[in-house]
Amino acid sequence: MSVVVAKNIHKSFGALQVLKGVSLTVEGGEVVALIGRSGSGKSTFLRCLNGLETIDAGEIEVAGHRMSSKPAELRKLRRDVGIVFQSYNLFPHLTAGENIMLAPVQVKGLSRKAARDEAQRCLSLVGLGDRFDAYPDMLSGGQQQRVAIARSLAMQPQVLLFDEVTSALDPELTGEVLAVIESLARDGMTMLLVTHEMGFARRVANRTIFMKDGVIHEEGPSAEFFSAPKTPELQAFLRSEVG
Amino acid sequence: MRTFGSPEFLFIVYALRWTLTLTVIAFIGGGIMGIVLALLRIARSRVLRAVTTFYMQVIQGLPLLVLLFLCYYAPSLVGLEIAALTAAAVALTINSSAFLGAIWESALRAIPKAQWESADALALTPYKTLRFVIAPQAIRLALPSTVGFLVQIIKQTSLASIIGFIEITRAGQLVSNATFEPLKAFLSVAALYFAVCFPLTQLSLWLERRTARGGART
Ligand SMILES: Nc1ncnc2c1ncn2[C@@H]1O[C@H](COP(=O)(O)OP(=O)(O)OP(=O)(O)O)[C@@H](O)[C@H]1O
Ligand SMILES: [Mg+2]
Repeated sequence: MSVVVAKNIHKSFGALQVLKGVSLTVEGGEVVALIGRSGSGKSTFLRCLNGLETIDAGEIEVAGHRMSSKPAELRKLRRDVGIVFQSYNLFPHLTAGENIMLAPVQVKGLSRKAARDEAQRCLSLVGLGDRFDAYPDMLSGGQQQRVAIARSLAMQPQVLLFDEVTSALDPELTGEVLAVIESLARDGMTMLLVTHEMGFARRVANRTIFMKDGVIHEEGPSAEFFSAPKTPELQAFLRSEVG
Repeated sequence: MRTFGSPEFLFIVYALRWTLTLTVIAFIGGGIMGIVLALLRIARSRVLRAVTTFYMQVIQGLPLLVLLFLCYYAPSLVGLEIAALTAAAVALTINSSAFLGAIWESALRAIPKAQWESADALALTPYKTLRFVIAPQAIRLALPSTVGFLVQIIKQTSLASIIGFIEITRAGQLVSNATFEPLKAFLSVAALYFAVCFPLTQLSLWLERRTARGGART
């Protein structure tokens, strides 16, 4: 079953055309990496998928929900899609545990007890089982990002979107976050991730997509994609990323 | 002719309850209106923004004394007799609403857009986002200036003396007129203002230091 279906997505900011017809399907259990130069529209595309940006043309269906401009419909879609941002965006006035419990209680109507257990489970999953009561500013960047992942996981989404979640982290903290994502991949989580970590994309993603000038320029199974890039543009991009 | 003694002093102290009553009315009334204003101003509607901008600019640009006179004398144009307390309460409430609205609007705007987006992405409704994510952070940010403005309100209530409302400044005036000891009378008044305002000023400073130090935690 396709978890993400995006057809011919167009998006402009004023006169700037950012997406010029992007089509992508992600199957359940698939891990897809999205790479491309800064400004190529990767974040914008990801944000379109959960309605943080409205699209100008095209069709989006995620986890069986059609993209809608109706707030109630949009919220139904968002319950099933998690997104993790580069800058973590934890709620600073809430502890790690409370950050994770908020949506299950307020959106899904879970009891506090059930939400607490679920939050604890998700924290353990990201290796932070003992930091339930820590406030975000007491945690390292890598730990905050793992709490952010746990916060998304607690909604039991059908797909997780990651937008350069390690770009703000020191190299030694990057590893711990990537390890969490890799373990999610092993557990069969459907994921779409924008990343600059080429080695990680190659190892973990089933498929990798190269975006350029607002369209998908080249895509393929990660192994071939990286070992035998077809277009000169992708070849040049991969050279510049490695170099 | 009376001399300034403890009955005179107690008369002033007794008037303190009217200063405080007026303060509480203005703070609560202005606070409720201020919350509504702040929320209207961060709503996306252009019309709402234009209307509230106009209201706030007019009030903030108007000397409180003039506003007070308007509230006191305008009802008489339509044949209404209005108590000094009512006029003062209305004027101070209107005045406070514009300033508290501005304080709270800027606190709401100071919360990064990413916080709204994260809550949106978690499928929270706008109301729940405000209630559980934005407001707790904004309140913390706005608390020092809010307490600071409360001190302003306390001092502003002294203007009500001009329309004859007997709060402590007016009480001081009456005692001064009766005893011909203005210095003692107004020093007593000053001491009372200080006794009420000083702890609040300290609280405001403490809150400010805490906000500066502690980030957004409660
Ligand atoms: N809200 C916005 N308003 C105006 N322009 C925007 C907005 N968001 C993005 N853009 C522009 O759209 C283009 C694509 O941005 P986007 O963030 O999607 O790129 P990206 O591929 O994620 O880049 P990066 O690797 O730097 O994150 C950029 O030129 C950016 O300046
Ligand atoms: Mg980006």
